[in-house]
Amino acid sequence: MSDRLKIVLLLGPAMVIIVGLFFGGLAIGLLRSFNYMPVIGLTEPNVNAYVAVFTSREFYLSFLLTFHIAFTSTVISSVLAVAAALLLRRQFFGRAVINFLFQLNLTVPHLVGAIGILYLFSQSGSFARLAAEWGMIARPSEFPALVFDPYAIGIILQYVWKEIPFIGVIVLANLQALGEDYEAVARSLGATRWQAFRHVLLPLIFPGVLSASVMVFAFTFGAYEIPAILGANFPAALPVLAYRKYTDVDLAARPEAMAMATVIAVLSAVMILLYLRYSRRSIRG
Amino acid sequence: MEHETLLLRRFRVLTGALLIVWLVLPLVPLAIWSFARGWYFPDILPKGWTLKAWAYALSDTSGVLDSLGLTLWIAFVATALSILIGVPAGRALGLYRFRGKQMVELIILAPVIVPGIAVVLGIHSVFIRLGLTNTVFGVILVHLIPTLPYMVLVMSGIFSNYDPAFEAQARSLGAGPVQTFRYVTLPAILPGIIVGGLFAFLVSWSQYIMTLTIGGGRVVTLPLLLFNFAASGRNDITGAIGMIYILPGVLILLVTARHLSGRSGAVGGFGRV
Repeated sequence: MSDRLKIVLLLGPAMVIIVGLFFGGLAIGLLRSFNYMPVIGLTEPNVNAYVAVFTSREFYLSFLLTFHIAFTSTVISSVLAVAAALLLRRQFFGRAVINFLFQLNLTVPHLVGAIGILYLFSQSGSFARLAAEWGMIARPSEFPALVFDPYAIGIILQYVWKEIPFIGVIVLANLQALGEDYEAVARSLGATRWQAFRHVLLPLIFPGVLSASVMVFAFTFGAYEIPAILGANFPAALPVLAYRKYTDVDLAARPEAMAMATVIAVLSAVMILLYLRYSRRSIRG
Repeated sequence: MEHETLLLRRFRVLTGALLIVWLVLPLVPLAIWSFARGWYFPDILPKGWTLKAWAYALSDTSGVLDSLGLTLWIAFVATALSILIGVPAGRALGLYRFRGKQMVELIILAPVIVPGIAVVLGIHSVFIRLGLTNTVFGVILVHLIPTLPYMVLVMSGIFSNYDPAFEAQARSLGAGPVQTFRYVTLPAILPGIIVGGLFAFLVSWSQYIMTLTIGGGRVVTLPLLLFNFAASGRNDITGAIGMIYILPGVLILLVTARHLSGRSGAVGGFGRV
């Protein structure tokens, strides 16, 4: 058997599944967003759904909120994850515990984290109770709204909780692969601790951090269950809004849902390009 | 200088302690709620303790055990299919150089990054026609979208460190294709299959929106049930289901902890858990 035939046979089933389901799903969504589906008699494509979506105030509010959630979560998680990885590189009391918790946290589904954040930060949650115990508030409504709030603080807290270990583990592996030689050289040439980090270590780990961040951004932009548990009703995160439109009793709203799904897909395509750009430069793992 | 390092060490221990607290914190109220009897504002701890929520969660009437069985079954089949389809694909990508390989890698990487909501609505409108909505099989099929690419990526890493010359030697010594696979290939790639498979299992285990859309509320996996109880404000039962729900992950972690470093390449899939 020639290598060529072997490769086709080996890759065939996986490509059928991924191209058929994933790209098929994307393509059908795109067609439906133009209200085009000859099989069910929709033979004249139009851009009505996009006009409706792009002229709706709710969509813009929802898009901005979702972008804010994804951007803020990604930046905070990345910075704290790098700090945590630098910390975990050193030998100190509790390091093994944190290492274990990092890995434990990776296996806990986002939904569980979201419910935990709800029980911690809601107005009758653990922190509100502590505030009441210390006489800072008298009733739940006096506690600042940290979940179902317009700034999506609860959602961001959940992502930060979940993504610090995700990015942290990747950065830590990068750091271990690099060793300490580069920094040692910089230090011996007179660099301060900060200079050695800023001008030597950071540029070396940056591509790895960035490719992990891109994955986090795409995930946080497109996740449904976390904003559904912790988010405000209006404006809702874009995936929540899209699902709501799709399940609307008014079937005419479906193309609008597909148009929103297409917006999410386009944004994640940009993320893939960024990922490719930076993952190629990072240390191959 | 001595003084500075002491300060630095204290700072490290302090931030380390903070980090530990933060990592555990969200799981604490869930665990407490599952044993709480009457836990009202502003009590820091419940008035009493009870196993009622657990008894309800583990009873036949609550549907939690059925849902647990269903979720295990879906994750198990999705994982088995991912292994069957993903191992050969990983072999092709790990062992061979060919034209269009980058394109194939891109096609396989895309579902890892593109969120489920972006594809599942389109799939739903086709699955309706095929009679696959509201079915377990339909849900298993869409779970392959995140689990299969993940398995392929892990196996492609395994095969890129694999030397097929051993297979040729076995064949020249008279082993048949089945024997070669059984005694040469499989032992070499088995660790990768196990680790990749366990993580693919977890990725399926944590799926929410694709199960909700394709299952149409009829295929109630554990995360859907958990969400429903959380949304209806039954915090005690939510706590118990939450604890049950994270159990497989903890067990898998205990088995595979040493494979979980970022270098293994397996971590990438956790963006989807």
